[in-house]
Amino acid sequence: MSDFEIVARSDFSDVTFSLEVRHPLMARAAKPGQFVIVMEHEHGERIPLTLADFDRDKGTITLVIQAVGKTTREMQQNCRVGTRLHALVGPMGIPSHIGAAKKVICVGGGLGVAPIYPQARAYKESGAYVIGVLGFRNKGLIFWEDKFRACCDELILCTDDGSAGIKGLVTEGIKQSISAHADIDEVVAIGPPIMMKGCAEATRPFGIKTMVSLNPVMVDGTGMCGGCRVKIGEVVKFACVDGPDFDGHLVDFDDLMARLGRFRPTEKAALEAWQESCRLRGGAGH
Amino acid sequence: MAKRKTIRTIPQARTPMPEQAPEIRITNFEEVACGYRLEDALLEAERCLDCPDQPCVRGCPVGIDIPGFIRKIAEKNFHGAYDVITDTNLLPSVCGRVCPQESQCEGVCTVGERLEPVAIGRLERFIGDRAIAEGWTNLPYIERNRHKVGVVGSGPAGMACAADMAKAGCEVTVFEAFQEPGGVLKYGIPDFRLPNSVVDAEIEKLRQLGIRFECNTLVGRLFTLEQMMGEMGFSAVFVGTGAGYPSFMGIPGESLGGVLSANEWLTRCNLMHGRDFPAYDTPLQPGKHVAVIGAGNTAMDAMRVALRVGAEKVTCVYRRSAAEAPARAEEIHHAQQEGIDFQWLTSPVELIGDEQHRVRAMRCERMELGEPDASGRRRPVPVAGSAFEIECDMVVFAIGTNANPILGQTSGLKLDKRGYIWTDDTLATSIAGVFAGGDIVTGAATVIQAMGAGRRAARAMKAYLGLRDTDAVYLAAPTDPAERLFGIPRRERGFARVHLPETAS
Ligand SMILES: Cc1cc2nc3c(=O)[nH]c(=O)nc-3n(C[C@H](O)[C@H](O)[C@H](O)COP(=O)(O)OP(=O)(O)OC[C@H]3O[C@@H](n4cnc5c(N)ncnc54)[C@H](O)[C@@H]3O)c2cc1C
Ligand SMILES: Cc1cc2nc3c(=O)[nH]c(=O)nc-3n(C[C@H](O)[C@H](O)[C@H](O)COP(=O)(O)OP(=O)(O)OC[C@H]3O[C@@H](n4cnc5c(N)ncnc54)[C@H](O)[C@@H]3O)c2cc1C
Ligand code: SF4
Ligand code: FES
Repeated sequence: MSDFEIVARSDFSDVTFSLEVRHPLMARAAKPGQFVIVMEHEHGERIPLTLADFDRDKGTITLVIQAVGKTTREMQQNCRVGTRLHALVGPMGIPSHIGAAKKVICVGGGLGVAPIYPQARAYKESGAYVIGVLGFRNKGLIFWEDKFRACCDELILCTDDGSAGIKGLVTEGIKQSISAHADIDEVVAIGPPIMMKGCAEATRPFGIKTMVSLNPVMVDGTGMCGGCRVKIGEVVKFACVDGPDFDGHLVDFDDLMARLGRFRPTEKAALEAWQESCRLRGGAGH
Repeated sequence: MAKRKTIRTIPQARTPMPEQAPEIRITNFEEVACGYRLEDALLEAERCLDCPDQPCVRGCPVGIDIPGFIRKIAEKNFHGAYDVITDTNLLPSVCGRVCPQESQCEGVCTVGERLEPVAIGRLERFIGDRAIAEGWTNLPYIERNRHKVGVVGSGPAGMACAADMAKAGCEVTVFEAFQEPGGVLKYGIPDFRLPNSVVDAEIEKLRQLGIRFECNTLVGRLFTLEQMMGEMGFSAVFVGTGAGYPSFMGIPGESLGGVLSANEWLTRCNLMHGRDFPAYDTPLQPGKHVAVIGAGNTAMDAMRVALRVGAEKVTCVYRRSAAEAPARAEEIHHAQQEGIDFQWLTSPVELIGDEQHRVRAMRCERMELGEPDASGRRRPVPVAGSAFEIECDMVVFAIGTNANPILGQTSGLKLDKRGYIWTDDTLATSIAGVFAGGDIVTGAATVIQAMGAGRRAARAMKAYLGLRDTDAVYLAAPTDPAERLFGIPRRERGFARVHLPETAS
């Protein structure tokens, strides 16, 4: 389909970076809320990443990645302009339903800031009044502020330490927006499970529809392994083909968080082994 | 003329196939059955009576000329034998290993009425492997036409359809969602039964026919079937996406850590090489005490993989008795040899976790067989007060799969009430020019049935495109039992048959 060449990269902080990858067909097909599965190299793991942006004219898609474990750190180290990914498949998942909502809050926390962008833009394009609420740990981690300003009618930045915007979690931003606007139709929240859970709880008393994008461990992303199963109310769904967007008020976040930890010991071992081998290689080379 | 062989003049015993000893093989992923040597194959070929009525051919879902190829082996014309097989079946090394021969060709072999049937599968594998080792091909003369044909899914159904359409002169592209082609053959069936290198070698032969494989392509999401038939310019499309969506039972505790589907377990291990972690990045986290629910081929594979990656104890939990187990007899036998503990007539009712939200035990109930149910098998009924626990730190569900929803979500395909793709008798779907076959139409079946469906769809596609049916000449005259067994209208196979559509009677 394409050779998955990386055509641009930017680093937002020492742990977050974005890759722009050439894939004209995917750029054409992609819709907000969808994700891809990437393999960096032949021995790599298949990891899901949200489509943070796509440019149909340039024929590229953008991924924003947080280096947390072996695979993502290795990508941070190796994925440079001109290199190629071994595999890139998608777009996957059911596109977010950009309904007729007149006023929405788009909430992004940490890494969820990137994937909320296509949704914020889509809502803007559909004529909605968009309030962006973005949460970062500190000022230094802020990225894409200009991109959000361009598509949000209001933008509330929240930082854990108060170094920019309001001090506190995104739930604080949600509360402020709800009290300023009595007519919010919908909240969309993407970020770590604990944050999405917080958002769902913040809107529950007001009965505002709250969509979240779930991130369980995935293998194939095509509905074949069942690894991504999540509990939505009383039913079990596969996030890759039935989601990844679900009604936040129905999601069993505790179950999701417990399942996310199921490979933690092996992941830790992989990271340590990899760091060790990097040190060895680094040591030999210098 | 030479005197006809009779059941009394042939070698009475089936030639055994060398096998790795159970205690050795559970420590490696090498093949369990090592394949016939030359002298084994020649000896076994002597056992075929070359029956005039050829029951074995009718037992084969794709109608391989079985006595024809065995005769060629006996004449030491191995190349010729390969040509005979590959006229109807492009994957002899695969089928020779994984087809349920005991219920197909070998199940109806005349010799089997008195002695053990001819080892047709082993002979097929012998020829296929020799072809791979020596790089033989059976490339037909192909007259190109202007048609572009798309195939969605690279499992056996897709491969078989692609091969026939390429032979008919079409430009064929196979789209596969995974990074490598092969379908279940690659991600599901483990190397000790079907090495991935064998699948790759067979796929290479398809490439030689001019078929292109486009991996990393999720059809339905990257583009739709309608786009393929429209702007992308395909004249016809075959959908062979398999039935991958795994089932769970809905018992408490299924979301505990260490509980997974056989598909996830096998994919991590086979396709993603999790067993070679950390040389490969995909984690496996094998359990020490593994319980697998189900007794089909998938369950056998999941259990035997678990043993090989270091489980100390593996238990098979199945709610019916051994007689009803859907796995191939040979696989159950191999699993038993390897020390798997079979708990027949046992059904799990709950999975119990520890403080870390990981599974630590499975609560089960004993069953007994009651009245036959809709499937004709006696229905298991729980025995009151029989609950007990099996200690385990990993539980694998291998209780079947469902239709994948993606193409249904993204196209106008008509589905049946269980979500599988609806087709008519020719395997045409509700979208003009789009055909479908294999597990996504029938539900989980077998490799050869999927191939049979791919070939049947290819015939219908050729008729749809107005192409001459190039393979009719290879096929033997039709008669019935396989029709009942596999639902494949044998009349389609006749020399005289010219036009589709036809319907099964
Ligand atoms: C639909 C979806 C969209 C995602 N979008 C992004 C994104 O845009 N940017 C981004 O940086 N990350 C995203 N993630 C998470 C990303 O997939 C994981 O961070 C990545 O797999 C971690 O791999 P690792 O080897 O670096 O870390 P590991 O050491 O393997 O894991 C670190 C942590 O990441 C989580 N994780 C591990 N494997 C997976 C997996 N296969 N799927 C999901 N989570 C996993 C676990 O909680 C784990 O503890 C997304 C996940 C999903 C399911
Ligand atoms: C573990 C296991 C062991 C088995 N053992 C045996 C055995 O011993 N003998 C036997 O005869 N049978 C066996 N079977 C059954 C047999 O493998 C299947 O019946 C057969 O593979 C079905 O073939 P298929 O072509 O219909 O689909 P599959 O082999 O499932 O192939 C479908 C392919 O389509 C791809 N795909 C799906 N959706 C899309 C999409 N939207 N776009 C692009 N690609 C897509 C999938 O990734 C997959 O590669 C076994 C099955 C399993 C799971
Ligand atoms: S039925 Fe058995 S003996 Fe007869 S032709 Fe077929 S393989 Fe040979
Ligand atoms: S990731 Fe495998 S089923 Fe969803």
